[in-house]
Amino acid sequence: MEHIRTPKVENVRLVDRISSKKAALGTLYLTATHVIFVENAPDTRKETWILHSQISTIEKQATAATGCPLLIRCKNFQLLQLIIPQERDCHDVYISLIRLARPVKYEELYCFSFNPKLDKEEREQGWMLIDLSEEYKRMGLPNNYWQLSDVNRDYRVCDSYPTELYVPKSATAHIIVGSSKFRSRRRFPALSYYYRDNHASICRSSQPLSGFSARCLEDEQMLQAIRKANPGSDFIYVVDTRPKLNAMANRAAGKGYENEDNYSNIKFQFIGIENIHVMRNSLQKMLEVCELKSPSMSDFLWGLENSGWLRHIKAIMDAGIFIAKAVSEEGVSVLVHCSDGWDRTAQVCSVASLLLDPHYRTLKGFMVLIEKDWISFGHKFNHRYGNLDGDPKEISPVIDQFIECVWQLMEQFPCAFEFNERFLIHIQHHIYSCQFGNFLCNSQKERQELKIQERTYSLWAHLWKNRADYMNPLFRDDHSQTRGTLRLPTTPCNFLYKFWSGMYNRFEKGLQPRQSVTDYLMAVKEETQQLEEEREALEERLEKIQKVQLNHTKVKAKQSEPSKHSGFSTSDNSTANTPQDYSGNMKSFPSRSPSQGDEDSALILTQDNLKSSDPDLSANSDQESGVEDLSCRSPSGGECAPSEDSGKDRDSDEAVFLTA
Amino acid sequence: MEFSDLIRTGRAQAKLLRGPEAPPLRGTLCLTGHHLLLSPGPQATSELWLLLLRSVDSIEKRVASDSGTITLRCKDLRVLQLEIEGVEASLDIARSIEALSSLESVITSFPFFYRPKGLRLGDAWHFHPPERYYKRVARETNAWRLSEVNEDFSVCPSYPRAVIVPRSVDDGALARSARFRQGGRFPVLSYHHAPSGTVSPPLPRLCLLDQLRPFLALFCTGPANSQRGRGEPLEAFKQDSHLCRGQPLQESFVHLVEACGDPQQSTDSWLRRLEGCCWLAHVKEALSTACLAAQGMEREGACILVHGAEGTDSTLLVTSLAQLILDPLSRTMAGFQELVEREWIQAGHPFQLRCAHSAFSHARPKHEAPTFLLFLDCVWQLGRQFPLSLEFGEGLLLALFEHAYASPFGTFLCNSEKERCLCEVRTRTHSLWSGLNQPKEQRKLRNPLYAPNPLAIWPSVELQSLRLWQGLFLRWIRPPEPSEVAWEKVWQIVTDKEKTKLSQPTVSASEPQL
Repeated sequence: MEHIRTPKVENVRLVDRISSKKAALGTLYLTATHVIFVENAPDTRKETWILHSQISTIEKQATAATGCPLLIRCKNFQLLQLIIPQERDCHDVYISLIRLARPVKYEELYCFSFNPKLDKEEREQGWMLIDLSEEYKRMGLPNNYWQLSDVNRDYRVCDSYPTELYVPKSATAHIIVGSSKFRSRRRFPALSYYYRDNHASICRSSQPLSGFSARCLEDEQMLQAIRKANPGSDFIYVVDTRPKLNAMANRAAGKGYENEDNYSNIKFQFIGIENIHVMRNSLQKMLEVCELKSPSMSDFLWGLENSGWLRHIKAIMDAGIFIAKAVSEEGVSVLVHCSDGWDRTAQVCSVASLLLDPHYRTLKGFMVLIEKDWISFGHKFNHRYGNLDGDPKEISPVIDQFIECVWQLMEQFPCAFEFNERFLIHIQHHIYSCQFGNFLCNSQKERQELKIQERTYSLWAHLWKNRADYMNPLFRDDHSQTRGTLRLPTTPCNFLYKFWSGMYNRFEKGLQPRQSVTDYLMAVKEETQQLEEEREALEERLEKIQKVQLNHTKVKAKQSEPSKHSGFSTSDNSTANTPQDYSGNMKSFPSRSPSQGDEDSALILTQDNLKSSDPDLSANSDQESGVEDLSCRSPSGGECAPSEDSGKDRDSDEAVFLTA
Repeated sequence: MEFSDLIRTGRAQAKLLRGPEAPPLRGTLCLTGHHLLLSPGPQATSELWLLLLRSVDSIEKRVASDSGTITLRCKDLRVLQLEIEGVEASLDIARSIEALSSLESVITSFPFFYRPKGLRLGDAWHFHPPERYYKRVARETNAWRLSEVNEDFSVCPSYPRAVIVPRSVDDGALARSARFRQGGRFPVLSYHHAPSGTVSPPLPRLCLLDQLRPFLALFCTGPANSQRGRGEPLEAFKQDSHLCRGQPLQESFVHLVEACGDPQQSTDSWLRRLEGCCWLAHVKEALSTACLAAQGMEREGACILVHGAEGTDSTLLVTSLAQLILDPLSRTMAGFQELVEREWIQAGHPFQLRCAHSAFSHARPKHEAPTFLLFLDCVWQLGRQFPLSLEFGEGLLLALFEHAYASPFGTFLCNSEKERCLCEVRTRTHSLWSGLNQPKEQRKLRNPLYAPNPLAIWPSVELQSLRLWQGLFLRWIRPPEPSEVAWEKVWQIVTDKEKTKLSQPTVSASEPQL
């Protein structure tokens, strides 16, 4: 609380991005965990809540006659433009938020104060919902080829790996330790996914410390062991997900990639996914396009292309498709690595698993997948998503890209996933929200030291409890197309990759479809079920009546009028819709009286398509309620853009820029 | 019949390739006056494959030593490949297809020979006459009347016989007005918008007028007192729109289809080409203009006069879209068919000229323009943003696109009512509407999610809200199964509910108390 200079500012205006003339007058509150804006309008008192941990940048713009504008950009793509009457208040809010948005200790994060009123037992059960040892059992492990290794007990070999790892049976502790010494950050090859049908597997590691000529016998034996664990194939693929140039540059730093001549029976393959800095800039560019003030269609498409975002998404998908095909069609095991093996490797392994195994396309299976490939294998959540104040160059939308890959697949295969778009959006939200402990820290070791499971709650239990909101009504696990490996078209289809408006513009409700098919179908399904239950009850009753008074009862199975959708809750299918400003650069319509428009009888505000499904979420920020959207974006124009990539860098494949 | 002169070789052995996803077909190829047939032979299980020659847009031939390959690009954007045995036979067939697919005569076209089972000639032709629409208008206001000034098509050759005009304007004035307008297209009523809400005070009645002049312009007269029916431009307000017409639109269409047909390009060059062809910009422009017109009527209570150069293209685009936005009736299956019939076919959109060729033709476009396709695309965008508000689904839009370019039905034949009368289209061909309204077609065409929505549907025209219509432009390129499987599932969920509802036993009133 000591960082809050002013807890309350009155007469603040919240500007609407779509129609910039509209602004809501209200009061701004700063609390220890949230920024809250409460509208003055007496009938609604609409509230907008923003978690401090969601704040990405705060920008103070030049004072105008109306007041001092403050622009808050959030990591979940919300954008707030506030106008504060007094310059001094604005400065106080600005300074307070700068500090509040950048906590320095884990204990400052929201999850340590968040209490969903669950007792200790419920919390423990929540953490037990997703159990990775169960998951490996489901894959069919251990078996004749793979065993659980305790070599990393107490994180003795690799501090960013989990303690429980599966390795080939023929890989002795000596081989593993030897191999780990030859790998960046000691991240030796370990199993990510085992494909039961043909014994092929996906393993992951970091880059070898090969330099220009170094060799390591144990590492060579390790790869040999992986090959032997798949008796059906006489070679393995080694997939380096970096662009070749980056990998070669790493050799100068004593790292690099496997030499095919040194390893017996490997096929080496580069798949050019760019590094975290390129991805960060790409997202930045795409968001700038979204913020453009009345762009033309050509500005938008050109900007989208120029950002390269969809090209990067496709690169990740292509890598996943390559691996999935190698495993399922060729029956060949694959070892995947990038530099440290915790960003691109996580993306690619999880996309491949998702394509291969329908289990990961279910609600619970997807949680398992994130738990396995991201959380347990030491994806650096804290660094990548800037939970604690740190190096801005470590921040990058790595898991956002994976989540988008899943969405792109959902668009192509509407019946293949048990969950819906909202599920993905809420997971993305909580990766940044720090409301639950799952995504804290950079590794399992750190989480254990912090006693996360004793002090915070698990997101998975929370999502599971509300799973009804996340179901895809179109899911068909019975169909040949959705069972087993997802079959992508044989020809490359670039046009299948689309801009995800539902994510990047999700606070601009006006841009989203005004009616939700998912919600409608879920409601229909629910109604069907109710009717069925009613029928059963009625039939039971009928039977009783017939038994008791056979002669007196006359029963008619009267057919009700087949009226479409009668008796249906219309809350989600009526349109909440107002015309926007269509004139663009044309002259605007001559209005008879300016105030008249808003009283139009056709304007009935109803609940929007993204209903308030997640109570905690909607309490924290107002993204789920209301149609007249408060969230706003305004043209970029400040100087707060994240700094360019310059200076010293940690990611080793950065070296390419120095040498190339 | 002169067809036989054009058919040099009627038969050959051939293999048909239908894109990467479908298996090839082998059999005997047969050429008739209107069709290309492939009969797979007696032992094969697959059915006869049939292609209406009229739907061939362009043809390309290549010969090898003992066979030839013909690539047929169809007006519905399909690309087919025929491998034919025998060089001579394949060249003959190619030439015949070329000649037969571009016959200009209307009365020898297939609709005049098409006699499907289960349909009666003459049905559904008198389904949507202006008289019928006038009945609806007359219930709402008496400011308009039905005029028969164009009874013999002498005042305006591209208008129907009956038109709806302000009551206070007599036929003489109409004829004089027609002489002042290009093509004689004097202002007529396109849509009368009744004030929404039930308790509203007698608001000025609103109307949308249809007229013509260079550049599409929206004339919004001030709050018109059309109780007297005078579209008197009080405080005339001119709104220019930048709707593209004719050739640029056709070029945009051609470039888009070209880009969609090239799978080898990278993601970036795909976006560049999507931008370069400007199709989505046209969609945005059309929707914005229609929204502006609709907004003027709904919120300002204004009369609106819409006109373009000839009043047969972008004018119709704007008036018909505005009606879809405002009028819940036009969003029903029957209402939408009526809208297309009234606002496009009878209002004189020259389908024969505009849809003579689709995107593959090598010939320089003369009169071709995909205005109607642009309309269908805009409707699809509305349907995507309001998935529960249209009674028809993507299937109907796709069917209309196909039939507008090549059809066994007579509905889209000719350029105007006058021509249709001369060719006796109504008595000698079947109507598309009767074909579409057969029960077996419904599952394909209807939107199972439909729930009547009494409000206006205001679409977002922001760039992020508009999408490429993949179902049309990538129809033959992307694998169709995933969306079909999804569509099946949607139907299943909805029909499950209906079934459960119907099977609900009801205890009769005489139920004794237990």
